Amino acid sequence: MSASIVIIGAGQAGVQTAEALRAGGFDGSITLLGDEAYGPYHRPPLSKAWLAGEMDSAQLVMRAPEMLARKNIELRTNATVTAINRAAKHVALSDGSTLPYTGLVLATGSTPRRLPLPGGDAQGVFALRSRIDASAIAERMAVCLEKQLPVIVIGGGFIGLEVAATARKKGLSTTVLEAAPRLLGRVLAPVLSDWYADLHRNHGATLVLDARIAAIETDAQNTVTGVRMADGHVYPAGLVVVGIGVAANDQLAQAAGLECDRGIVVDACGRTSDPSVVAAGDCTARRLTDGSLLRLESVQNATEQGKSAAAALLGLEKPFTATPWFWSDQYDKKLQMAGLSMGADQWAVRGDMGGSGDASIAGSFSVYHFKGDKLLAVDSVNASKDHLLARKLLDAGVSPTLAQAGDLGVELAGLLGR
Amino acid sequence: MANITFVEASGQSTSVNLADGWNLMQGTIANGIDGILGECGGSCACATCHCYVDESWQDKLPAASESELDMLDNVAAERRPNSRLACQIKATAGLEGLIIHLPATQE
Repeated sequence: MSASIVIIGAGQAGVQTAEALRAGGFDGSITLLGDEAYGPYHRPPLSKAWLAGEMDSAQLVMRAPEMLARKNIELRTNATVTAINRAAKHVALSDGSTLPYTGLVLATGSTPRRLPLPGGDAQGVFALRSRIDASAIAERMAVCLEKQLPVIVIGGGFIGLEVAATARKKGLSTTVLEAAPRLLGRVLAPVLSDWYADLHRNHGATLVLDARIAAIETDAQNTVTGVRMADGHVYPAGLVVVGIGVAANDQLAQAAGLECDRGIVVDACGRTSDPSVVAAGDCTARRLTDGSLLRLESVQNATEQGKSAAAALLGLEKPFTATPWFWSDQYDKKLQMAGLSMGADQWAVRGDMGGSGDASIAGSFSVYHFKGDKLLAVDSVNASKDHLLARKLLDAGVSPTLAQAGDLGVELAGLLGR
Repeated sequence: MANITFVEASGQSTSVNLADGWNLMQGTIANGIDGILGECGGSCACATCHCYVDESWQDKLPAASESELDMLDNVAAERRPNSRLACQIKATAGLEGLIIHLPATQE
């Protein structure tokens, strides 16, 4: 049989793997299976510019069909894989057909966690992952605007806060309920969590921290009417958006006996426990050199693991070891993060944090996370130059001192040498 | 709307009509033109939609923002005085006839 690679998942990781295979000289067949009705599209704008109505759906397209055709990548939409048969080397599809492979790529993505509370499946309660989710939220926002109903966001993470910012832009009454004592507590330094809380409050959003939710309240038609807290207080709502994290889509891999641990376990090169099977993107849990597992959900992780996975299928080693980076757009503030801040014990702020609430003030600064003397991560707000330099510093393993990081008079680029 | 010509690194040239509000990154991708990735979807966060504005147009486009200029430090192909990020240039009637050259690599 001639070489044929099947890719399950037509999102960022799947598309990147397909294109990297062609760029790497692979001339066998490539079949890209997407379980949605749409071809590959950009997810990041769904919570931001698209939801705000600033772009139309045609502008979400990630690769036009003719581009995939030019690269001889066969895209199948509405194609749901029901099983992987590793012994026979084929995948089974929901239409009863099977598709043989010589190499298999798992780029199955992730699924938002559902609210494990009474009423969590009511009409008007949504998570945001796909174009269908985003369309439903946009339609419901229009109803809320017309009927002057408030929007409740459950979860003060990136998705939730981006949706909250968009809702405020549209003039909707918006409340964010966060279970932790601060926003973005798992990723940001406390000083930046507080800054983001001010940013949202100054734009008119209501924040409830340490929120204890008891149930979603509904009417007789099972449509959401509000969120009831543990103390009995009810926040009325015409729309509830739930952003409380995602779970890796590793069910197919698990059923096929591949090693999984809250994600499909891969090495730095995207290889699974089966030499014919690689994985990339949100669905993976990457084994680090110290044996621990790292789950990342980001565009960069999808593209870099996609390149690694393609190389692995071509018999090459292309480990993804670059510094992780992420971004989030809220109001007119662009947050760019480099590195992983988990375990940081001290922080330095570089630049001027003033003006979070006043759009006319630029407010350009970065927070440097340290563990002891070692720089772990840098979070930059409207400071792309800091962000890009941080990626270089972290890639090179170069740490400024805490004092240097906080001193605008010290040119940090000088630490990189020549 | 504006008719804009994209010249790929291979020399292949394609002219497309872009509606107002569409940015050049979206214009290349929707029309199957090779040479732009646009990984971040147009947020000025990834620098994989690097392009070169034809020299005849270099002084006629709205200036790049500070954020775009910073991100241009991170492009994969050579940065030149006429380097821009395609996601930051939006089509308007004033861009009728614009010529954009695409680099050989974005990564």
